[in-house]
Amino acid sequence: MKDKDIDRSKDNRSKPDARGRRRFLAAGTAVAATVAGGLTNLWGEDGRDPGSPMRSYGERSPFEKVARRNSRPGQMTGTGSSLTPLESLYGIITPSALHYERHHSGVPMIDPEKHELLLHGLVEKPLVFKLEDIKRFPSVSHIYFLECSGSGAGEYQGASAPTPQQTAGLFSCSEWTGVPLSTLLREAGVKPAAKWVLAEGGDASRNARSIPLAKAMDDVIVAYGQNGEAVRPEQGYPMRLIVPGWEGNINTKWLQRLHVIDQPSMTRDEAADYDDLLGNGKSYRFSFVMEAKSIVTRPAGGQRLDGPGAYEITGLAWSGRARIAGVEISTDGGKNWRKAELQQPVLKNAAVRFGMPWNWDGNEAVIGSRCTDESGYTQPTHEQIVAARGTHARFHYNGIKWWRLQKSGELTNA
Amino acid sequence: MACGTLQAQTNSGKPGGLGRPATAEEVKQRDITTLPNGAGLPDGKGTAAQGEAVYRDKCASCHGPNGEGVAPQGTQLVGGVGTLASENPIRTVGSYWPYATSVWDYIHRAMPQNQPGSLSADETYAVTAFLLNRNKIIEANEVMDKESLPKVRMPNRDGFIPDARPDVGKNGPPAEGSKNQKPPAR
Repeated sequence: MKDKDIDRSKDNRSKPDARGRRRFLAAGTAVAATVAGGLTNLWGEDGRDPGSPMRSYGERSPFEKVARRNSRPGQMTGTGSSLTPLESLYGIITPSALHYERHHSGVPMIDPEKHELLLHGLVEKPLVFKLEDIKRFPSVSHIYFLECSGSGAGEYQGASAPTPQQTAGLFSCSEWTGVPLSTLLREAGVKPAAKWVLAEGGDASRNARSIPLAKAMDDVIVAYGQNGEAVRPEQGYPMRLIVPGWEGNINTKWLQRLHVIDQPSMTRDEAADYDDLLGNGKSYRFSFVMEAKSIVTRPAGGQRLDGPGAYEITGLAWSGRARIAGVEISTDGGKNWRKAELQQPVLKNAAVRFGMPWNWDGNEAVIGSRCTDESGYTQPTHEQIVAARGTHARFHYNGIKWWRLQKSGELTNA
Repeated sequence: MACGTLQAQTNSGKPGGLGRPATAEEVKQRDITTLPNGAGLPDGKGTAAQGEAVYRDKCASCHGPNGEGVAPQGTQLVGGVGTLASENPIRTVGSYWPYATSVWDYIHRAMPQNQPGSLSADETYAVTAFLLNRNKIIEANEVMDKESLPKVRMPNRDGFIPDARPDVGKNGPPAEGSKNQKPPAR
């Protein structure tokens, strides 16, 4: 049993059957749980070995291999993206080490002592803040999701990715701590002509986006904390913008400059990249909000069920427009829908964990979820999105995602 | 003690006095923002003829000798005008980008990818002119500078409409058999 469990733990794919069994063991007897848990000799004939020493900075168990994966292996160093393994996570918080990445020019390693945030433009008093200044303002902490607007965009052309990680993994959720941007703007004194704020990162490409002043004064934060510790370098250390509910690209990392202006700058990303090209040749501009979306993460593509019986169907839902009001699950491709349980907390602009007990009868099934938010918006089907936008858009895809369960227990794209 | 002071200041609604004033000098040094009306563009100038050599040395290895693109590292920069509504839309500087200032801004910020910030203002104007010329938007001898660049009218200038979402999803839950259902009438 011991060897078997070790073999299982080497497998970094999520297998509901394996996990379910481990949970059963853990709940069953302490002895079984202990043996399954590791290699330490706790029941040897010569007595028990003391465990490992303490560590100044913790690491996960060496048996845990869950990892991000590059979206497109072989891209130029430092550019590109990596995907969060949604199917292997619990609850709603993404461990910082597994937060998705999207870099346009690599990850700068910034010494916070040398880092400065310049706030200038249409303000009474241009200011320069060090990290220590920022930390002296009254802080806020919020659980917010981040989603690259390109997440799942391959789905515009049809089912394209075989696992939750690969089709929706440009999505993560963290607790972010920082100072409201409005605090800094008030400190500098915004002039009446101000309409937008350009945020610029300290990466080599000086990635920049314009944010409407109304949003900047509403709920945007300059974050230095992520899940209780400093923001990771990949996430913008020492400080970044968090623009709740809005596409990832505008959540400027390595924030070094805020320029209050009277019109959008029309940087490449806002003028000619993160715009959705429609079938008629026109493009949506300033598609900021990430609309309601959900995905079943278990059982899902790339996994295998170990025979008929009881399983939990679970996944994540979120909306950048309003709080999630409900999630429904179908196991027959959308003919019938059942209400899923929402785990607490259910927070605006945060991931929501949903679940439903399910007894698999061994027949083919097509599993998916759809969510509705408090604005009354319901996650659309693939067909509805394509009817509205065509297949040439590359961003903001939020269609219902289906997984096909075969009699063999294998799960694939539907 | 500092906390108490700050608290009092914040609660009074007055600025907390944190941060230091930025000098005009350092603002000028760090401010690289450009606007479509040309605000923020620096002095300097260049033509397509001058930009050809810059492009060959700094850009062609990723974007191809004529801006045709090199997969996967460099996108196509030239051509594609008239394709956006077709079955195979080609998004390039010429066919898609609505403002010439955005081209200048992006090259200045982010290019070349292996050494962003290494091009002078003159080189940036020149290579921008080169791309505009290869896209048949300006003549080879037209001088691009902070006056002329914002006046360039890009072919797809009017190709953008405000985000119309929610364009789907407001009709309540989809009907039964959503996988095969017809899209709602629009």
